[in-house]
Amino acid sequence: MLFQVEHLTYRYEGVTAVDDLTLSIPEGSRVALLGANGSGKSTLLRLFDGLIFGQTGSILFRGDDVSEEHMLDDGFALPFRRTVGMVFQNPDVQLFNPTVFDEVAFGPLQLRWPKDQIRERVAEILDRLRIGHLKNRIPQRLSGGEKKRVALASVLVLDPAVLLLDEPTAALDPRSQSEVIDLMVEWGGGSKSVITATHDLGDLEDIADRCYVLDSGKLVAEGSPSEILANTDLLRRTNLIHAHRHRHGGEVHTHPHVHGSER
Amino acid sequence: MSDFHPNAKGGFIENTLEGLHFALSRALYAESSASRAGVMQRLDPRVKVAGVFAMVITVALVTKLWLIAAVLILAVGMAVVSAIPIGVLASRTWLGAFVFSGMIALPALFLTPGTPLYGLPITVQGVRTASFLVMRAETAATLMLVLAYTTPWTHILKALRIFRVPVVFVVILGMTCRYILLMLETAHEMFESRKSRTVNRMTPAENRRLAIASSGVLLHKTLHMSNEVYMAMQARGFRGEVYILDDFEMQARDWFALGAFASVAAVSILLGR
Repeated sequence: MLFQVEHLTYRYEGVTAVDDLTLSIPEGSRVALLGANGSGKSTLLRLFDGLIFGQTGSILFRGDDVSEEHMLDDGFALPFRRTVGMVFQNPDVQLFNPTVFDEVAFGPLQLRWPKDQIRERVAEILDRLRIGHLKNRIPQRLSGGEKKRVALASVLVLDPAVLLLDEPTAALDPRSQSEVIDLMVEWGGGSKSVITATHDLGDLEDIADRCYVLDSGKLVAEGSPSEILANTDLLRRTNLIHAHRHRHGGEVHTHPHVHGSER
Repeated sequence: MSDFHPNAKGGFIENTLEGLHFALSRALYAESSASRAGVMQRLDPRVKVAGVFAMVITVALVTKLWLIAAVLILAVGMAVVSAIPIGVLASRTWLGAFVFSGMIALPALFLTPGTPLYGLPITVQGVRTASFLVMRAETAATLMLVLAYTTPWTHILKALRIFRVPVVFVVILGMTCRYILLMLETAHEMFESRKSRTVNRMTPAENRRLAIASSGVLLHKTLHMSNEVYMAMQARGFRGEVYILDDFEMQARDWFALGAFASVAAVSILLGR
């Protein structure tokens, strides 16, 4: 099992973001964590990545406990970071180096790759994401779509076996959204594990073969994308769809509105 | 209602936005300046860090004003051959250092016992003490600006680690730099958003309320953002140590520069005792 979560609870500032959660994610699976804003899906990704730690319960990664104590041990933490990559929702938090090239090289440098290999791999990934021309630019001065690509490149350069994506298409224009989705679908040729936190149901069947629906930090449903998408009561209850009223000619028409379906 | 208009030139929001934009440009200027062709830019970062710190210590140790002035002239020379305009030195260092150190030194003019100067309520010894303080501050600030504007920030951090500066100190320095940039960007976005939603005239009292409320929100937002940045660094394997792609390699010019820094420091300390 890739991740095994047992009765995990995480609270901060009096809010229970993850509430007694139990689930398991098999190796090589493509999983979508679905939920409205504040449902706990971003927090769960941070817990998976060993960036924060639950007050009770546990997360096992391939049988090893992802605990604070364990993450302080280089023997566990470095291979873990090499294996698990995370792309944050807001690309700005991932961009803190003077140039795009330095930004993408940051991860491999931390993991102490040989420098020649880093230069080669960074150039390769920049070309693959079609941002090679930006390599000497200051990341903070890029457009939103370019920033997202650099943030993706900075993680994909490590070629992680497990990719955690937090709202990967948020705040992107339709073309950039579609390119990011294509990249996620093609990436790793299907041999990697991809866990995506999203409330965008438009591309669910492309990016996931298993879905977990969260509401107020609790797991309320799980199933295949088609099963979840067919359950409109569940989607409405968890605020993933809402009644959408609009006008066709002179007639007012109401139907469920799926976030992301406008693309 | 007063005459203040948020969108008019000189309005509170307009001025704040202008100031933030200026501060951001300044913060980003250092990185572009460090990649220019110049004498100091070509030196090994370890030599620059060691040399500049040796000069700062020298300035603190010597007790002759003319020697401090000589080091200041040398620092200005270093700036000129490193494509840092004198105007940048004057506006970003000299003025600020003069105001801050001047405020601290001001009481010394009146309080230091000694010979009155031309019948004024200040003493010769007071002027001397204040001059030392101001000159030392100006010179040290100029040297540091030359270092910061000719060396990428990550290279300075790496050099500090080579000189065995503790990891915690270097991480705090690195995070501070990122935190300042984030804070400026967040503040800029906040005030732009406020400007777009403000159509009415604002009174001075409303301006003050806006400033106070913005400060609190800004602090909260930037704390959250800096925490996120730190997590994003950790997620990519950051463990506190500084690694950079460029290898530091001492060349003939670096040894020469190191010798020059050491000689200037040694001679100044000998002459200035």
